[in-house]
Amino acid sequence: MKRKSDSNFVFWLFLAPVLFAFAMVIVVPFILGVYYSFTTWSSSARVGDGTRFVGLKNYVESLADPAFAYSFIITIGYTVINMAVINMAALALALLVTTKIKLRNLYRAGFFIPNLIGGLILGYVWQFIFNNAMPSLGTMLGFTSWADPSNLILASNIKAIGAIIAAGSWQYAGYIMVIYVAAIENVPQELHEAAQIDGATALRRLFVITIPLAAQAFTITLFLTLVQSFKQFDVNVSLTNGGPSTMFMGKPIFGTELLALNIYDTAFLSNNLAMGQARAVIFFLVLAMVALVQVSLNKKREIEL
Amino acid sequence: MKKRQAGTWFLEVLTALLFVLSLLPFFIVLINSAKGPFEVTNAPLQLPERWGNIWRNVALIWTSDNIHYSQSFFSSLVITVSSLALLNFLSAQAAWVLVRTKTRTSGAIFLIFVAAMVIPFQIVMFPLLSWFRTITTFTGIPLLRSYAGILLAYIGFGMSQSIFLFHGFIKSIPLELEEAAIIDGCSRPEVFYRIVSPILKPIHATVLVLNGIWIWNDFLLPLLILGKGNAIQTIPLAVANFAGAFVKQWDLIMTAILMAMIPVVIFFLIAQKSIIKGMVAGSIK
Repeated sequence: MKRKSDSNFVFWLFLAPVLFAFAMVIVVPFILGVYYSFTTWSSSARVGDGTRFVGLKNYVESLADPAFAYSFIITIGYTVINMAVINMAALALALLVTTKIKLRNLYRAGFFIPNLIGGLILGYVWQFIFNNAMPSLGTMLGFTSWADPSNLILASNIKAIGAIIAAGSWQYAGYIMVIYVAAIENVPQELHEAAQIDGATALRRLFVITIPLAAQAFTITLFLTLVQSFKQFDVNVSLTNGGPSTMFMGKPIFGTELLALNIYDTAFLSNNLAMGQARAVIFFLVLAMVALVQVSLNKKREIEL
Repeated sequence: MKKRQAGTWFLEVLTALLFVLSLLPFFIVLINSAKGPFEVTNAPLQLPERWGNIWRNVALIWTSDNIHYSQSFFSSLVITVSSLALLNFLSAQAAWVLVRTKTRTSGAIFLIFVAAMVIPFQIVMFPLLSWFRTITTFTGIPLLRSYAGILLAYIGFGMSQSIFLFHGFIKSIPLELEEAAIIDGCSRPEVFYRIVSPILKPIHATVLVLNGIWIWNDFLLPLLILGKGNAIQTIPLAVANFAGAFVKQWDLIMTAILMAMIPVVIFFLIAQKSIIKGMVAGSIK
């Protein structure tokens, strides 16, 4: 009996610090956050101060706001294209660095390195590339139109979203590549040898052996890139900070403001904390739904295997 | 045989080209860190006229009152190292009791931690600020613009995934080892610190790498808790504060970026193998 209460004590003793941190930064803010999204909460208020309950007002107004709708649309577009670009680039790089070429370990490290540098800092590097280096390159090559300020990539909202994709993919593809590399190296060499004896070409072996057997990796990489793209904030801030502005549904809005930035700007730039919080709740619900679908798909596949 | 060689040669060249292309942005940062304000805007792609300028720029950034680089470097180091130490220590022991205690409470706690991994930072970030402000009002303990607050936040946001990783690893450790130690008279905490902890080394490395890259580069959390341009700020905050200014001094911005990259790159070159292994292991779990 003493043993039992003794081990109970150790159980709570070892868990106490993480439970405390969990309650302080996740549980309490989460509950407060859901509650605040239904009120007139403002930035100066302390917990419980002067907030009035307004029901679904923040949600209804958010959904009717063209800027929010626009952010939602471009975030979905950005996520889909970004996922495709990153995964195709990463798979191609992984296939290259798992061939028998010389220096393949150096190449792996080189492709991986951008991932170690934060998105915020990389965004500034790419801002310099798009705003200064590209016009200069254009002049050197004789394309003087590249130097025209109105032709800059970051001056058009659609091209600027492409720029965020380029910068983000350059950062993330190396990480996804190492996951593919691990999966490809797990494929038993005997399978390739047997197929080669049977006369299968390299391309055929890729589609019949490597890709199906590395499929476990796809679930992970697709999920990682999806969540990472959907939450993109750092590169967005430093590369375009939402600009240039454009018109949408008759209202001037930020042309490259992805959802995470829209939530932040709604709260601090437009000084409407409660509305920003309501948008964060919507953001959470979408992400949670995606995670649920992902988990159930995973389960289904595990049964099939 | 001939054909095969030609194919390999093509792959070699293609990969080498992609490699150069992927390192090109770093090269652009490097050459422009050695330029003056006029040269950087007029000739961003040329090699610098005098490489020696790089030292002048580095010294300017290091001592500048605008960017506070040396203080930021120190703060970043303090925050990353302390958060990692606390996260690894606290998550490992929490994961161990969660694995070794087979009760409904234990299972429920673990499930809640895992479920919390889907909660995006966005939904808690605004209320976190007012909650921290409220606590400071009532207790006098400063949590905003302080080390205490940001460490608490990193433990809270990092613990779920860390516990999950430790949990998976500890499950595979045979129980006999710990039972034998108990028979030899070890108390339960002793079993953990003396018997289990040394076995956890590889998973500690994974958790360190994953959290280390996240915390060192993180922008949004420090932006909210510490703010730009205050006494305590991390390197990403310092760079954002400096580079986000209206007048863009690209020569100095590039130098600041170069100085922000160098510690990470050096760290990577030293611990390359365990970093890549850690990142892969962390993603697959």
